[in-house]
Amino acid sequence: MSADTAALARLLLQREVEEFLYNEAELLDKRRFDEWLALFTDDARYWMPMRRNVPPDDREREFTRDGADVNWFDEGKDTLGRRVAQIQTGIHWAEEPPSRICHMVSNVQVLRASPSGSAAPSEVAVRCRFLVYRNRVETETDVLVGKREDVLRRVDGAWKIARRMVVLDQSVLLAKNLTFFI
Amino acid sequence: MASPEPGALKSLVDVERGIISREIFVSDEIYRQELERVFARAWLFIGHESQIPKPGDYLTSSMGEESVILCRDRAGRIRVFLNSCRHRGMKVCRYDEGNTVEFQCPYHGWSYGTDGALVGVPFARDAYGAQLDRSQWGLVEVARMENYKGTIWATWDQSAPSFSEYVGGYKLYLDLLLDSWDGREGGTEAIGGIHKWLIPCNWKFPAENFSGDRYHGVSHRSVDMVGIGPSGKGRRDMQERNEARWLDVSFPELGHSMIAFLRKHDSPLAPAYQDAPIVADYFRRCEEERRRRRGEYWRLFGGPGTMFPNVSPLARQPRTLAVWHPRGPHQTEVWRWYFVDADAPTEVKDFLRHYYIRYSGPSGMTEQDDMENWNYAHKASRGTIARQYPYNYEMGLGRATRAFEDHGLKLPGAISDVTQANASEHNQRGFYTRWRQFMEAESWTGLMPS
Repeated sequence: MSADTAALARLLLQREVEEFLYNEAELLDKRRFDEWLALFTDDARYWMPMRRNVPPDDREREFTRDGADVNWFDEGKDTLGRRVAQIQTGIHWAEEPPSRICHMVSNVQVLRASPSGSAAPSEVAVRCRFLVYRNRVETETDVLVGKREDVLRRVDGAWKIARRMVVLDQSVLLAKNLTFFI
Repeated sequence: MASPEPGALKSLVDVERGIISREIFVSDEIYRQELERVFARAWLFIGHESQIPKPGDYLTSSMGEESVILCRDRAGRIRVFLNSCRHRGMKVCRYDEGNTVEFQCPYHGWSYGTDGALVGVPFARDAYGAQLDRSQWGLVEVARMENYKGTIWATWDQSAPSFSEYVGGYKLYLDLLLDSWDGREGGTEAIGGIHKWLIPCNWKFPAENFSGDRYHGVSHRSVDMVGIGPSGKGRRDMQERNEARWLDVSFPELGHSMIAFLRKHDSPLAPAYQDAPIVADYFRRCEEERRRRRGEYWRLFGGPGTMFPNVSPLARQPRTLAVWHPRGPHQTEVWRWYFVDADAPTEVKDFLRHYYIRYSGPSGMTEQDDMENWNYAHKASRGTIARQYPYNYEMGLGRATRAFEDHGLKLPGAISDVTQANASEHNQRGFYTRWRQFMEAESWTGLMPS
């Protein structure tokens, strides 16, 4: 590839990934949960650690550990599906009446693509920022802000989420629940 | 503090008739009195020793609204201090956990050893001369501290009874959470990470719910339909519960209570944890061992409970302990710990951890719906008109016995058998009986049964 072609390929990949994340946000905000769930690979992991305030010599303890500690979420596709099914029962009181939710996604960075240098990589690691706004019933309002790191995998020509880590910029959760997806 | 009007609390909390005013949940003045009369006197849960294994390890926790430091001093002794510098009150520790040789206040630099002693004062000789008696200005330490099977408890009141007296006959039920599944004493640990979150409701909503609310099945119908239980159905394994006697156990004179279950004396162990053969097998082997160790007491197993005032053990499925920290009359900060047998195989701990967090906490598919109810029950009780109409706690009045016995097995506490009735509000009435005593009593004298 010439330098121009490589730059163009990176730009197209960046655009493709952004398009995917915006479309995902659209599905969530429109409550099209079944289509959203279909964006995940069958072996997907959805993980959200908790954060602690830790001293300078102990910063590695800031995050609860994957696979060992209690986290906010530690899901596979099966339990994500059950969460969707619960919302769809119509009697999941924490989401009835339904919340009004808006997902904003920004600062999208493609961290790496593999195979590297490929014009059509099969897997990419992507980092972004999110702002999720929820308003429900009358005045109840939550704003959750943080970072997300995804591994997207191309399956049968379409991008799927194989792994998602959600890093929320809160320690004590200021929302009373997490009945929505980030 | 000013005493409540004589008889005022009695009219607000009429446990004898099962009528309780909404004022006790929404009144600023009653809340202020609770901080003094309940939270400054009762034994409160601080943390778990497995979270501070080494000298110098610390964890910041909470007693009522106040921040405290739980630490293991350099000599290995567990201590609990008020997290506030004696000079100007700054928090001497704003980290959630760590290891240190001292707590240095970031404001003027007073520093304290892990034993609470004031060890460092900037410009001490020049600015204070001989005036400052350091021995009088160490961190404020709790009056009493207890390590009970790894759980750390403390009270600010020197005249409080011992922890053992405070727990009383409830020990049998608290141990259902804290003893190993195979019946050995203790042997449990807290999994790393504490769920901490805010709920917009008075702290007594969750405390009384966990004390023994079997009536709120409708809250959880959606999760029961979807199925997150450890055998793939419902929200938990129900066969062992459905084959057992259902007992609402309360100690009104102490304020503690638990939903308990008693297997039939000749009943085999019901299958559980069917989604994970290794857990099912571990559970079965432990229960057989427990039966050998505990004899007839093997038949007893626990559900949720509340230890007065704000600690809720949940003995199994999920096995957890919550503290409902008061944060003003209209807000509660929950801290939820999750428990496993310390020596359980990794696969068992891993399976249970996943089950626990899909059940409990703000991301838990069961507890989410509880919080919605507590939030809006509280909110709809604050109005000028709403406050005039008390809540109803009449269910199952007068049905409890102090002499419960089943095939020779005697159980302590005032026990209401709700196997047929499905539910009662016996435990909640016990909780508020004790709450009223705490609010009325001037001191610990008279607060303990003789």
